[in-house]
Amino acid sequence: MNFELSDERRMLRDALERFLRDTCTPTARAAAEQTETGFSPEIWAGLAEMGVIGAVFDESVGGFAGSGFDLAVVFEALGRAGAVEPLLEVVLAGSLIAERGDADQRALLETVIAGEMHLALAHYEPAGRYDLERVATTATATESGYRIDGRKAVVVNAGAADTIVVSARTSGDVADKQGISLFLVPRNTPGLTLRDYPLAGGGRAAELKLEAVELPAAARLGCEGDAFDALERAVARASVAQCAEALGLMEAIRELTTDYLRTRKQFGQPIGKFQALQHRMADLLIEIEQARSAVINVAGHLDRERDLRERHVSAAKQLIGTVAKLVAEESIQMHGGIGMTQEYELAHFVRRLIMIDHRFGDHLHHLARFVRLKAA
Amino acid sequence: MDLSYTPEQLAFRAEVRAFLAEKLPPRLAEKGRLGKRLTKADHEEWHAILNARGWLAGNWPVEFGGAGWNAVERHIFEEETTRAHAPRIVPFGVAMLGPVLQKFGSKEQIEHFLPRILNGEHWWCQGYSEPGAGSDLASVKTTAVRDGDSYIVNGQKTWTTLGQHANWIFCLVRTSTEGKPQEGISFLLIDMETPGVTVRPIVLLDGEPEVNEVFFDDVRVPAENLVGEENKGWTYAKYLLTHERTNIAGVGFANAALENLARIAALECAGGRPLAEEPLFAAKMAELEIQLMAMATTNLRVIARAAAGQAPGAESSMLKIKGTVIRQEINALTRTAVGPYAAPFPSELLDEGANAEPVGPDYALPATRQYFNNRKLSIYGGSNEVQRAIIGKALLDL
Ligand SMILES: Cc1cc2nc3c(=O)[nH]c(=O)nc-3n(C[C@H](O)[C@H](O)[C@H](O)COP(=O)(O)OP(=O)(O)OC[C@H]3O[C@@H](n4cnc5c(N)ncnc54)[C@H](O)[C@@H]3O)c2cc1C
Repeated sequence: MNFELSDERRMLRDALERFLRDTCTPTARAAAEQTETGFSPEIWAGLAEMGVIGAVFDESVGGFAGSGFDLAVVFEALGRAGAVEPLLEVVLAGSLIAERGDADQRALLETVIAGEMHLALAHYEPAGRYDLERVATTATATESGYRIDGRKAVVVNAGAADTIVVSARTSGDVADKQGISLFLVPRNTPGLTLRDYPLAGGGRAAELKLEAVELPAAARLGCEGDAFDALERAVARASVAQCAEALGLMEAIRELTTDYLRTRKQFGQPIGKFQALQHRMADLLIEIEQARSAVINVAGHLDRERDLRERHVSAAKQLIGTVAKLVAEESIQMHGGIGMTQEYELAHFVRRLIMIDHRFGDHLHHLARFVRLKAA
Repeated sequence: MDLSYTPEQLAFRAEVRAFLAEKLPPRLAEKGRLGKRLTKADHEEWHAILNARGWLAGNWPVEFGGAGWNAVERHIFEEETTRAHAPRIVPFGVAMLGPVLQKFGSKEQIEHFLPRILNGEHWWCQGYSEPGAGSDLASVKTTAVRDGDSYIVNGQKTWTTLGQHANWIFCLVRTSTEGKPQEGISFLLIDMETPGVTVRPIVLLDGEPEVNEVFFDDVRVPAENLVGEENKGWTYAKYLLTHERTNIAGVGFANAALENLARIAALECAGGRPLAEEPLFAAKMAELEIQLMAMATTNLRVIARAAAGQAPGAESSMLKIKGTVIRQEINALTRTAVGPYAAPFPSELLDEGANAEPVGPDYALPATRQYFNNRKLSIYGGSNEVQRAIIGKALLDL
């Protein structure tokens, strides 16, 4: 057994943390919130330059890492800083392009790794909640390719994305795993419209309408109708990243809260001297250690057989979602009034942490899924 | 034992219901149902409607212009108004200051201020907390120094709810530094239009400017605005807090929130069937309902005792803790219920008549904001930790 990070990963983490400490400040975040994309282009460029985008891909597509532990290291650091830059969208959409793309399509990833192209995945739909197989959007064959019609829900980073990976049904019923295909859709394609809005946890997303969107046959990513397994793998990779990000957020919140318990005085002493708060802080520390172990578990099983991998995905999402709620709520409570204010740094961290449960399935969804996967 | 309401109480409930059906503007009910932002004018409109009926101050004796309801009637009124999605009555004048003036105020104060609370001329806010004085309220530092027939006030208050709408503030101020900290505090009424008062809004976790900082810079306050005796303010403040806490369980709000959750769970689909039929989700919802059923009865037991003239003691602390936790958990499950649509945060849609295209179902919009906003329930009005300390002290006899 060895739970130590390799030297390369440690170096990457340290450099990334240093960079984010300098650039990803509350002021920078507030400024980014006012922009059209909701994130900072400078930080994005910096991430590319440091090779952080390359670290989520393996050598076959021009990256240099790409394993579960690489994702975990990078995203824990992003979480610790409360960064809102859309690297998770690169993991999601990029994994699909890497796995299913032809040579031309995979070549896009070089531009992505260089920080010059943004991606998004438009898969989930308004009535579909977290069901990965539920796709009502249709892709109908035409003479030159496909025509896409449908709607996509809460597509993170859609407004900034140059290319959006869109799932659509080429055959089968609305909840069939078979019959789902993927397409690369440039954002400015006629017939594709966006209703763009900010997210509670930072960044932006959009509702997508696709009305008679015409695509050439070459826009299809991989074979027709068999994209489900790849989607599940991409979401598994994104879940590792997202759980690690949650862990980083928890660590940042833990630091803010312990500092506050040491410095805030009421009744003539630091509030951390009250045993009622000490015990609760101790409970948080225990749960955060559990969260760390859950991240290690899921990262370490990312490349294992499907059932084992997915059981770990659901276990991690269930545990992280539950601990996230506890950490966010207890930290607000222990801060008192200050914890309720948007201008204090905690606000961004708790909002982002809470919102993690609303992607790829919440703690209840994954509890039920874990039970099903175990029974299967 | 008899768990049913008396015929008189049932008749009263019917009367309240009929009144709401007739007088609650559908526009306001719709805003409440959809969790939209209420403006100052909205609150004023509703207060005026209630006042016209003599129902704005349910807790005040009739001689002061109140409805003279007992605790059970107040409870029924709260249940019905929350069920109908009426705006809640802003508590500072009616529920907090009113009772204090009635008990400790001078004849002139009673005659001057009480009618103005009712007719909306004065919008009050509460100036207790300061940056350094939260749970430890006795450590307030804002000073009031006697100068002829005035007090000169200097200092800062914070977390002043809806202070941006208020024209009057009741404050705890320090008039003496001798003896125990509780013994040098006075209760002072301050006109916020006096020179030297500034208000700065604070935006909360839900993105809304609900509270404020209030600064006092050499503010001259007529000495007749002192309530009761100098240095006795702590007694009045404590009296006010027990009033603040009598209806703190918020059973009506919890019921309305649970109904809303049930509606969402029936409409949201997970795996092709209603979320309400998803066993794990249904179990969570049932647990909350069971908790709430018991709490409603705990609440009624306390209310019945209060209606019989007994002052609530540690029970109000128990109700505050249980009531806030249940409401917060309902809010959390509601956030979970709306699924991915909990994430969008488009504030422009909270305004009435917003014509921006909606995002997701209409019930999704308020879920996240309410969840974050109601984290306050366990912090203000004496945090849940402070309430536990009160229960411990009262019941453990240590
Ligand atoms: C939304 C909102 C609206 C408010 N509106 C008003 C208003 O209109 N007017 C007004 O005057 N005030 C208002 N308040 C202030 C509120 O009453 C205080 O926030 C509250 O009393 C807690 O004080 P604090 O924020 O300073 O927290 P602190 O007292 O600093 O407490 C921090 C943490 O320490 C805990 N703690 C403190 N002492 C102890 C102890 N002895 N043992 C164990 N734990 C302890 C607390 O429970 C809390 O968890 C409002 C607050 C909020 C959040």
